[in-house]
Order: sequence, then C-alpha cells, then structure tokens
Amino acid sequence: MSDYKHPETLVSTEWVAQHSKDPNVRVAEVDVDTSEYSKGHVPGAIGWNWTTQLADTIRRDILSKSQFEQLMKDSGISNDTTVVLYGDNNNWFAAWALWQMKMYGHKDVRIMNGGRKKWIAEGRELTTDIPNVKPSSYTASGPDNSLRAFLDQVQAAVQGKNAALVDVRSPAEFTGEILAPPGLPETCQRGGHIPGARSIPWSKACNDDGTFKSYDELKALYSSEGVDGSKPIVAYCRIGERSSHTWFVLKYLLGYDNVRNYDGSWTEWGNLVGAPVERGSAQSAKA
Amino acid sequence: MKAEEYQQRELEIEGWPVKLVSYRLGETYHCTLDNVSPGATIARTTGSTREEAESKAIRSAGQKLAATTRRAI
Repeated sequence: MSDYKHPETLVSTEWVAQHSKDPNVRVAEVDVDTSEYSKGHVPGAIGWNWTTQLADTIRRDILSKSQFEQLMKDSGISNDTTVVLYGDNNNWFAAWALWQMKMYGHKDVRIMNGGRKKWIAEGRELTTDIPNVKPSSYTASGPDNSLRAFLDQVQAAVQGKNAALVDVRSPAEFTGEILAPPGLPETCQRGGHIPGARSIPWSKACNDDGTFKSYDELKALYSSEGVDGSKPIVAYCRIGERSSHTWFVLKYLLGYDNVRNYDGSWTEWGNLVGAPVERGSAQSAKA
Repeated sequence: MKAEEYQQRELEIEGWPVKLVSYRLGETYHCTLDNVSPGATIARTTGSTREEAESKAIRSAGQKLAATTRRAI
C-alpha cells in the first residue's frame, strides 16, 4: 500500500485483526445489505445502517452536521479516534461513510482493504456480539462541500466542458441498455449518461479479492480515459455509493486534489426534466 | 466463529453473468449472488446445506434477472 499517495487511509485485514479492539480504534461495518452485520462481524466492530444512519431519512440528503455529530457520539467516536470502515460489495457503503466523515472533518478514517469479502474469505474470526459503546463527545467541522458535486455544478461542468466526468456504473447502464444494475429495481426514467462522461466502472479499480489495484494500475486505468487530475473530477453512479468508492480511489490512492462525488448521480440526472442525455456506445464503455 | 468451506464460482442466469459465493458459518451455509457487472449483490440466502443455500439464491436471482429489461440503444 506504500505506493498510494495517502496509504494512511487504508489498512489490511491483518492490521484490523490486530487492532480492532484497541481503545482508540473504532471499527464500523457498513453494508449494502443491512442484515449482514448481524450474521457475524469483525470482533469489536459496530454496525451502521446506511439507510437510516448515514442519510437524512426525510429528504434526500446526507447527514446534517448535527446528525453526524450524534452518530459519532453514539458510536463512541471522538475527534481523535481512528475509525476503520469496511463492508460488503467491496466497501461500497464503507466508502460512502468515509466520504461523509471527510466532509465533516474527521481526520483519521480508513478503509479495510478488501472489505467484508476478504475478511470472510480468509477465514478470520467473526462474532455476533455487539460491543458496549460508551458515548463520546464530538465536534464536527464543515461540511466541506469541495468534496461534493451538486446538480448546478455538474450542469455547469457539462456546459463548460471543464471537468472530467467519471461514470462508474456498468457499461450497460452507461449506454442506456439497462436502467439499473441487473436484478435491481429501475429507479430512473431515462437511460444513458451525462454528456461527455467517460465510462470507468468502479470494479476496474479492484482485484478479485476485493482489494484495490496498485497505484500504477490505477493511474494507468484513469489516465487512459483522460482522467489525470489536470482538471476537476466529478464521479457519479446511480445513487452515489459506488462513486464514493471511485472518489476514494481518485482522492486518496491517486492523490488528485479536486475530486467531487456527485451523490445525486443518475437517479437525479436521469429523472430530471429537460436534462441532456447521451446514449449508446461511448468508445470507453467496455466491459 | 469463522467462515469455512469458502467457495466462489461464476455462472449465467437469464443471460446475465453472475458470481456465486458460499461458505459455512457454524451450522448454516450462507450464499450471496452478485451480478458481476456492476457487482451488486442481488440474492442472499441461507440453508442447512450448500446446495440448499445456492439453489435458493439461484431461484431468487433468476426471478429478478428475468425482470431486467434490455433496451435498444
């Protein structure tokens, strides 16, 4: 992991096995399937439900600052706690949680490389015990909106052609052949992609065991599509969690400064009346 | 407890490539099935045997994948 620009944002499963119960370390599991945690998790880990604890449950938005602070307090996390996040689906929602923690200024938050998949595949210890958490005090900063893209900013980027738009969905979603990942409900009115976007599926950043590819491989992957940090980058997917994963790669593993996650993503753009949509075969939409 | 007898394989259901992962946790076999591209899990099942867990997952995924519409582009 030493070649990455910010290797301190990643830990191995071995590191977690040794440190998950350290007093200043809090491990949190965040899964797409919110029932996974209860089946067995890393000893000492708490579980966060992305649908109720990492999003505003009334309007479509991330946590407010006060909601975020409350989550940290309830989780026994102080401003100086080392937080390690992991989850299913190659850390999709672990990255979503990390993105929000960075927006609210948490300094030391890391991803367990390989996520739940690697932990299980390695036959590491699992428990159904839920740790006793002593509530903490916590003061958030921000939100740092330089990490987030809003609709008007994406619209301006499309018009001005002054940002690299990275569509991290599958090629079939990118071209408009399907409206949602195979087997999942359709959640938008139109298929296709934001004009000018490049198709670089999130999964291309990962090895088969769920770990991230090397710095050199990642750099080659994104630069081959013209995404090299020379201009602002906006990553998007369907609801913003897969793009959090790519945002993490671009921001912390490759070290590009100006990277935003467009969490409105295709469920915003593809439902927007009058929004321009490109369909079909972008040359970059390869499996 | 630890996951044991971990296995994964790829197959095709309703024309879509899928990846099937199964393992035993205690007395129960767990199975997850994802759609390879983009890698979203679309079925999670359990069973007293691996075959039972996998067949449940394949059946459940088959229903969902059959409902996925391919559009002309």
